[in-house]
Amino acid sequence: MAALVYTVTAIAGIAAGVVGIGGVFGATFTVHIARIVPLGGLELAMDPLAGLFLALVGLTTAATSLYAIGYAGAARGAYAYLAFVTALGLVPLAANAMTFLLAWEIMSLASWVLVLDRRDDADVQRAAWVYAVMTHAGLACLLAGMLLLAAHTGSLRFADWRAAAPALAPAIRNAVWVLLALGFASKAGVVPLHVWLPLAHPAAPSHVSALMSGAMIKLGIYGLLRVGLEWAGPGPTWWGGTLLMLGVVSALVGILSALVDTDLKRLLAFSSIENVGVILIGVGSALLFVRAGTEALAAIALVAALYHTVNHAAFKALLFLGAGAVAHATGTRNMDAHGGLIKRLPWTAACFLVGAVSISALPPFNGFVSEWLTFQALLQSVRVAEPGVSLLFAIGTAGLALTAGLTAACFVKAFGITFLALPRSDAAAHAHEATATMRWAMAGLAAACVALGLGATVVVPAVTRVAASMLGAAVAPLHGTTLTFSVGADFASLSPLLIAAALGAGLVAPRVFLVVAGSPRRARLGETWGCGRILQTARMQYTAGAFADPFKRVFRFFYRPVKRREVVAHPDSRFFVRRIEYANPARALFEEWLYHPVLRGLVGITHRVQALQSGNAAAYLGYILAALLILLVVR
Amino acid sequence: MTRDLALALLQVLVVAGGAPLLVGGVRTLKARLVGRRGPRLLQPYADLAKLLRKEAVVSTTTSWIFRITPYVLMSTMVVAALIVPLFLARPVLDFAGLVLLMYLFVFGTFFLALAGLDAGSAFGGMGSSREVAVAALAEPTIVVAILALALRAESTNLGAIVERFAREPQLAANPGHLLAFAALFLVMLAETGRLPVDNPATHLELTMIHEAMVLEYSGHYLALVEWASAMKLFLFMALLANLFFPWGMPGSSELGSLAIGLVILIAKLTVLTVGLAVLETVVAKLRLFRVPEMLAGSFALALLSVLSVFLLK
Repeated sequence: MAALVYTVTAIAGIAAGVVGIGGVFGATFTVHIARIVPLGGLELAMDPLAGLFLALVGLTTAATSLYAIGYAGAARGAYAYLAFVTALGLVPLAANAMTFLLAWEIMSLASWVLVLDRRDDADVQRAAWVYAVMTHAGLACLLAGMLLLAAHTGSLRFADWRAAAPALAPAIRNAVWVLLALGFASKAGVVPLHVWLPLAHPAAPSHVSALMSGAMIKLGIYGLLRVGLEWAGPGPTWWGGTLLMLGVVSALVGILSALVDTDLKRLLAFSSIENVGVILIGVGSALLFVRAGTEALAAIALVAALYHTVNHAAFKALLFLGAGAVAHATGTRNMDAHGGLIKRLPWTAACFLVGAVSISALPPFNGFVSEWLTFQALLQSVRVAEPGVSLLFAIGTAGLALTAGLTAACFVKAFGITFLALPRSDAAAHAHEATATMRWAMAGLAAACVALGLGATVVVPAVTRVAASMLGAAVAPLHGTTLTFSVGADFASLSPLLIAAALGAGLVAPRVFLVVAGSPRRARLGETWGCGRILQTARMQYTAGAFADPFKRVFRFFYRPVKRREVVAHPDSRFFVRRIEYANPARALFEEWLYHPVLRGLVGITHRVQALQSGNAAAYLGYILAALLILLVVR
Repeated sequence: MTRDLALALLQVLVVAGGAPLLVGGVRTLKARLVGRRGPRLLQPYADLAKLLRKEAVVSTTTSWIFRITPYVLMSTMVVAALIVPLFLARPVLDFAGLVLLMYLFVFGTFFLALAGLDAGSAFGGMGSSREVAVAALAEPTIVVAILALALRAESTNLGAIVERFAREPQLAANPGHLLAFAALFLVMLAETGRLPVDNPATHLELTMIHEAMVLEYSGHYLALVEWASAMKLFLFMALLANLFFPWGMPGSSELGSLAIGLVILIAKLTVLTVGLAVLETVVAKLRLFRVPEMLAGSFALALLSVLSVFLLK
């Protein structure tokens, strides 16, 4: 039965992808069924932005569903999965507030059920609890913001909001933006609203983690784009500035947390926070450029953000599926129990490597093209005159650069520790390769990563249509086989195909040279050199923790490391040590410093308020009387 | 078209052929500066030839990553050699800019670090971990220095920047420009594993970075890795010379002006080589965990350079 559901969702995903791509290229349709949903009925509408996100959701679903068919972890939860992917597809199409909020809530609830997969595990219970609280706090913000907008425009339809937005009072627009941005940012995993993400993503089965990270959190970005550019109209400078700075903070916090983590799936979850940060840098820049009246630059920034959104869906889904195959094969997500898996799982390793290379933005893979575009958008800030805004862009540029370097380091660790050298446990030594459909799903996503990189000259015009539909400005960053910016004289150009060809030639050239130079190219097998020791064991190689140690030292001010060391000596002499315990745990600083004080405060307030709840019926009647009196007086 | 391809090939040949000479020059000069006779100027060529003839020993622990890495590394350097302006203001394959160059170097580091982990020795892991840390911390400086250059030249295309500065030298005669040069010079020391960040002459210290990472390589694999490292140094030096002192770069690809361009390149590189050798002689190696401070310093220089663009407008 489960296999049937997954087959259906895979086919439906491809169909949704085709429809979505049609939407990107200008196909529109509307669906209106009055009675299913209260307050305006079920209302769907297609436009280029909705099409892009529908295609993203659909194609990611196709891959994860294919994976799920052969994945033992997907035997349960097929119906919740069906509800989840349906809601995912409905969110970008929704054309009025009720439809949107219903789809949004179904999406959240269904993914919550899926997160509760191993429900007798205390960690999973906690993850699901935090996720439920965060997602509903976000929903409350969305509800408040949308009701506020509805009250001032007199409509629940998005099209009416768009038309009425420019005429609204600035205070209302600011309030709406803050509320909706909070709601969407909590879903996207923007720091400091990200705490649910590193808990919920690893807890869910891997095909669901891939979908949550690849598609669901992107709908938060979708919402931020809608509210920032359409529903609440173009806003003041601080909207874009806030998003840009939040993007930098999210990117750095995300990647620094990923760098020191030893749980492969939690590492990927932190890396999703980082990538959402990179996308937000693009979105924030776009808003700033719109504010500065340079729509052509805004289009570049928006194209960069949207392209990175699509790319992240491809490589992060791929990496989560790979991590799922590894976790399934070894029975653990702890990287320090992996190692040497490239020999046992060659297909998974090759696909994971493509994902790691793409996310590290190495040319000519897809991550490189979108990060290059983001860099170009930031470097274009040359053309915005205000010094304050220029400073924001300079900070964004430096933050993005540091993020890029740390990402490469993080994925050297993720791939190197997991797949290379000697296995660190018996389970890793006897791991088995993933099943056929799992391999096909990963291979498909790996092919997508390559195609989105090499085919940039095809993808960028399509994404540009989406950006143009939102900004009303057309730019053509294209020239033959090369991406070129026509803004300014010749600011920048890039040709992924030529780079790929040159890299390919560069691979062959040394080989040819070796042959011509008469090198024997013989290789004898030997042991790793070990300073004269006899046996090589896995305990001699670097662990994930050791690899991240230089970063722990350099970024001490961020990690605030605590070390626990306990030495139990022999009672007769302290020189004879019986047992040493050493721990260097990662700290959850945002929980410690932000959430715990707030929660303590909340609990304190509820204790005070409890005094009202005396259990005495007369007192309750008294409250009602008092409330009535106050209302009468105020009136 | 054939002419363009020939010029592109010539760029690669100049970099690949000149890189060992540059390394030999630095070594010989350093030896003379401390009163040793030192190796011959052409010794690196002899070393490469020797390594190419030798049989390689490959650890049984390794995978195909280890074997493909020298080729990947060489490939990134070949592409970098195609796009860096050497003796022509505008390189023929003008499809990419500084940002691509930065990512090409990250590409090489990424695979080299994986190869360091692949053999499963503690040395390799240590080298990899340190190398990626230094590379990651160098990145912000590179990009902010690019921003400083792009602000003045209004382009991130290498050829366009060089042309702009060659045409309007008053743009380059600017304190901010020198700050950016200093920032990128410090980054070059870190990225190419020179003193005071890493000592290219030693295998004996526990503080080594690059040499620890490539410890398992031998034979033709080692030859490719060493050669690629030398090419990286050559490319960085040529980049510094031509981006910041673009004078004398011919705009046309006539045979005569090519020869002039080549002579001027050699002159510029000689000056930088002497500078590097003197610097490496007078400074001591930094403790590993002081390196981030040096890189933070270079970042501050790059940021000052960006700020000076706004101040001096």
